Amino acid sequence: MFFKILIANRGEIALRVIRAARDLGIASVAVYSEADRDSLHVRYADESVCIGPPISAKSYLNREVIIEAAKKANVEAVHPGYGYLAESGEFARACRDAGLVFIGPTPETLELAGDKIRAKAIINRAGVPVVPSSPGGVGSVDEAARFASEIGYPIMIKASAGGGGRGIRVCPDEEVLREDFPVAKAEVRAAFGDDSLYVEKCLVDPRHIEFQVLADKHGNVIHLGERECSIQRRYQKLIEEAPSPAVKPKLREAMGRAAIEAARAVDYLNAGTVEFLLDREGNFYFMEINARIQVEHPVTEMVTGVDLVKEQIRLARGDKLGYTFEDLNLRGWAIECRINTEDPDSNFMPSPGTIEEYNPPGGFGVRLDTHLYQGYALPIFYDSLVAKLVGYDLTREGAIRVLKRALQEFTIQPVKTTIPLYLRIVDDPAFQEGDIHTGYIKKFVPDEDDEEDE
Amino acid sequence: MGKRVEVRARMSGVFYRRPAPDEPAYVEVGDMVKKKQVLGLLETMKVFQKIKSPAAGKIVEIVAENETPLSDDDLVFVIEA
Repeated sequence: MFFKILIANRGEIALRVIRAARDLGIASVAVYSEADRDSLHVRYADESVCIGPPISAKSYLNREVIIEAAKKANVEAVHPGYGYLAESGEFARACRDAGLVFIGPTPETLELAGDKIRAKAIINRAGVPVVPSSPGGVGSVDEAARFASEIGYPIMIKASAGGGGRGIRVCPDEEVLREDFPVAKAEVRAAFGDDSLYVEKCLVDPRHIEFQVLADKHGNVIHLGERECSIQRRYQKLIEEAPSPAVKPKLREAMGRAAIEAARAVDYLNAGTVEFLLDREGNFYFMEINARIQVEHPVTEMVTGVDLVKEQIRLARGDKLGYTFEDLNLRGWAIECRINTEDPDSNFMPSPGTIEEYNPPGGFGVRLDTHLYQGYALPIFYDSLVAKLVGYDLTREGAIRVLKRALQEFTIQPVKTTIPLYLRIVDDPAFQEGDIHTGYIKKFVPDEDDEEDE
Repeated sequence: MGKRVEVRARMSGVFYRRPAPDEPAYVEVGDMVKKKQVLGLLETMKVFQKIKSPAAGKIVEIVAENETPLSDDDLVFVIEA
């Protein structure tokens, strides 16, 4: 096993990795920006290194400084978390060149998965159905408009480089496309340091179903079942669950097989997620491979009993997968809410500030992954995701009850959070019946523009 | 001499004067602007908001510096309407 690893991330995911490392008897090295001196990941890690100024481009996205920190701290491997450098082929290659194990896929696979257009073509050729999109990145707004009129509106502008909804815009017509294209480019550049965009046809109200996959260095690829992440706002997932109320055993088998084929087609290694859209007729379309651990991984862990981050570390070391999905005996239901410091009543505006009152929920069936604590001043520079709250029980109905209780117990003040929105959703009969789709949130949130022109 | 109109940050965030590092600034001192014209961007927790002009007029002062963090209600621009 590794002796010491560096975690190239911050927030709850840095804590998640530090904890997994500790459970495996591995020492951890945290990195932090000047704005994160008081962050919990710095406190929980065995060692910590300051890597620069608050702006992510100069710290958490600074490959050279992070590699330097890893070498100095004498670690054997680097865990990138999600976001930041997690899907950077260049970073994975720099790790390799520095003699460090990158806990994730190979640089070649990252580059291929990151080139969403090429990945789709390759995976389509392997026999997995896909949603129509531009054959290459669109350089200019004119090119985007030309392609959009070819496949027909509504279309989506998406970032070639990353996830998390950054840069994604739905354009019902050309006018909106022309207005949003430059803003999407700016957002994507700031988030990923790469501003290429592409255009994709927008299906109406599909479900978002994704499969967790694991692949070892010995040619074994398995899936760990699906997560349903249909409750999203602007392609930012809000609520995720495993399993999906829409996936029956036969469909699970077909989609699981497709997920494994997709992973094999790009020579996948380590943990990854294969995302599909599922329509009402039960047709599924491959969207993309997320070549990282995902935010919503805990729901899979709860129903399979597999610690995915530990598996990532084991697989990076070269361990063999000794089991398949069939061996796992899927058990119960897990539902996660992403708690963001955003005001759901004010168009999800970010709500920075200091946490003056903090009371986390607890009890049977509750899992909380968070970096919050009483007195923590939320930096303005980073993501508004502050906690992931999971309710677990043997049935979906039971999981919803646990989740509701936990949401009621959870106090984070005085900043605004998405908790009140989730409290309304858990009481909604359609949600309780599992009748959800990617447009579901519109019921609760007006589908307005983010510019309030007063 | 017109009316002095202050444009303030609606929340804390990092202020950007230009849409991209290699592109020209949205506005310079002396520029005439229309109501609702984009004057800059404010990034809070990775979300970009446009800072729009509340009135038509002339930019007389750009108080905030590019790529610096602002606090809630900090003065960003002064416009002569």
